Amino acid sequence: MFRFIIRRLLVTIPTILVVITITWVLIKLAPGNFYSGEKRLPPAIEKNIREKYGLDKPWYQQYGRTMWPIIRHGDFGTSLKYEGQSVNTIIARSLPVSAAVGILAYILALIVGITAGSIAALKQNSRYDYASMAAAMLGISIPNFVLGPILVLVFSLTLYWLPPSRWGGFPSRNLILPVLTLSAVYMAYIARLTRAGMLEVLRSDYIRTARSKGLSEKDVVVRHALRGGLMPVVSYTGPALAFLLTGTVVVERIFALPGLGNYFIQASLNRDEPLIIGIVAFIAITLLLMNLLVDIAYAFLDPRVRY
Amino acid sequence: MAEKPPRSPDAPKVSEPALSPRGTPPQSPLSPVDPVAIHVAPEMAIAEADVRTAEEGAYVRGTSLWRDAWRRLLKNKLAVFGLVVVVLITVSSIIGPSVIKSATGFTPDFIPSDDVRLIKSFPPFTGPDGNFSWTHPMGTDNAGRDQLARVLQGGQISLFVGVISTLVSLLIGVSYGAIAGYVGGRVDNLMMRLVDVLYSLPYIIVVIVLLSMFRSQTPRGQLILLFIALGSVSWLTMARIVRGQVLSLKNQEFVLAARATGVSAPRIIFRHLVPNTLGPVIVYATLTIPQIMLTEAFLSFLGFGVQAPLASWGSLAADGIQNIAIYPWQLIFPGVTMALTLFSLNFLGDGLRDALDPQMRTV
Repeated sequence: MFRFIIRRLLVTIPTILVVITITWVLIKLAPGNFYSGEKRLPPAIEKNIREKYGLDKPWYQQYGRTMWPIIRHGDFGTSLKYEGQSVNTIIARSLPVSAAVGILAYILALIVGITAGSIAALKQNSRYDYASMAAAMLGISIPNFVLGPILVLVFSLTLYWLPPSRWGGFPSRNLILPVLTLSAVYMAYIARLTRAGMLEVLRSDYIRTARSKGLSEKDVVVRHALRGGLMPVVSYTGPALAFLLTGTVVVERIFALPGLGNYFIQASLNRDEPLIIGIVAFIAITLLLMNLLVDIAYAFLDPRVRY
Repeated sequence: MAEKPPRSPDAPKVSEPALSPRGTPPQSPLSPVDPVAIHVAPEMAIAEADVRTAEEGAYVRGTSLWRDAWRRLLKNKLAVFGLVVVVLITVSSIIGPSVIKSATGFTPDFIPSDDVRLIKSFPPFTGPDGNFSWTHPMGTDNAGRDQLARVLQGGQISLFVGVISTLVSLLIGVSYGAIAGYVGGRVDNLMMRLVDVLYSLPYIIVVIVLLSMFRSQTPRGQLILLFIALGSVSWLTMARIVRGQVLSLKNQEFVLAARATGVSAPRIIFRHLVPNTLGPVIVYATLTIPQIMLTEAFLSFLGFGVQAPLASWGSLAADGIQNIAIYPWQLIFPGVTMALTLFSLNFLGDGLRDALDPQMRTV
């Protein structure tokens, strides 16, 4: 187990460097430059800019200039558009926003999804089963950029219950709509996965054994079935995180939240090269570490898994 | 490679070779060999019905896996609903804009030129004078363009992107998976490790960087960039599925026979193995289309995807959200149409999975 973690961590580091390199190559291959805009700069100014950012050097020196501080100090440089702010400060400032929305959405999705999915499995083919699975399919099919504005339309612009957008600090009513919008898809996926997993487990031999021992139905479900039935949900955590990241991008745009996703889109539109590389690297690290955690959790939950 | 496959004494004669060129596995010697029955399903492995026939010993004309699947699909009400809606939406997005043009004279990009009225955005079924009218069933957008025509044209683009990108991902995924599975060993290990690494990458983020950096000047160029970007990141699961199928197929007798008769490796992979993986591949492809459409809409919504004057449901929704407080229909119509399409495609995909691959169904 320990060796497995070490081995995985050793794979993770080069993967992150590869991601940063791919991003760097894409930026360098793209036509134009970050300073090229509508107006052509006078040649002298252009020359100065190129010198300042090392663009007059050969490509391997430029690559080294980007990579070396990252490897040595985890320093991604200074943003080109947000003056005087280092990429690391911007990430540190915007991360809590994204994390708050993302984590709350995931917790909500877990609670609702697992409850709905297990009840659907326990009462298979009942009216409840059909209703919750239809709702889940609806949740998967409605894009979050449609759901979000519709929620705003209903709860903010018609009923005047909740604020339509903006960040209002951590526990605030502003969070309700973004969290609901973001969690809808996961709720749906988790409900479907829980139902499928539970149905399979409920027909297995060890559940029959548990029942024949005379355990109460509640004990059978909570102690035995859920543990096995939730395996698909655990393995979905990895992809869910990836979805969560893309989801937050849209949700932060819709609700004008100053999170990582919003900064990333701005950076891509502005061609703010250090900020793009910084956010991509940060997201890759988070994703890879989460995947590792999921694999470890898997080994703990399922005694059959051995690394 | 050295040993020849053992010939059973009642092996079919030369006129009825044990292997058709498409790689049909030899008919089980237990069931009565009827050349007509074999030819019913030249492409597929032994269908469920054939096995049952063999077990019962009674002769039932072999139904092909496809006909069997079709029958099962038609029994699934939700899947039929999905199929009907998908066909309706596809047909109306293809012929819709020209029908509207001949009926009301509005094209998706027609902007009324009178600059007298400041408000050009009318609610559904309302004419410029504020009374009921049939001209704009979905109202008009900000510039006064007919929303119905735009939604239908957007559907064309959305469906087109979904289908083409799925084809791109099919091409890459099937070849990659089949080669990895067939070659096996160290090559397979390396290839699948690469897939694992790619899986853990934030691909959508890389796609956004790609699309924003290489932003094309022409809408068509951007569309092609979109196909490549979406197709090249969505082949991973397909590669895994095909590899798994090929792994379980490659040690079967028909592959051994093909190898023994000197068929080259690429030919075995693409003529004998790939056609036999078609069932799961079709199921997964059907489920990939809505995913890609969703990703495309997501990218267009953020402004990285389809460019004006082309429109997709995603970019229409992005336009609509600007005025949601005043003209909510500009968001609701493209959004709901898209949700309905994805909903139907998902049901169709689930239905196809149950029909083509009864073992995979989750009860």
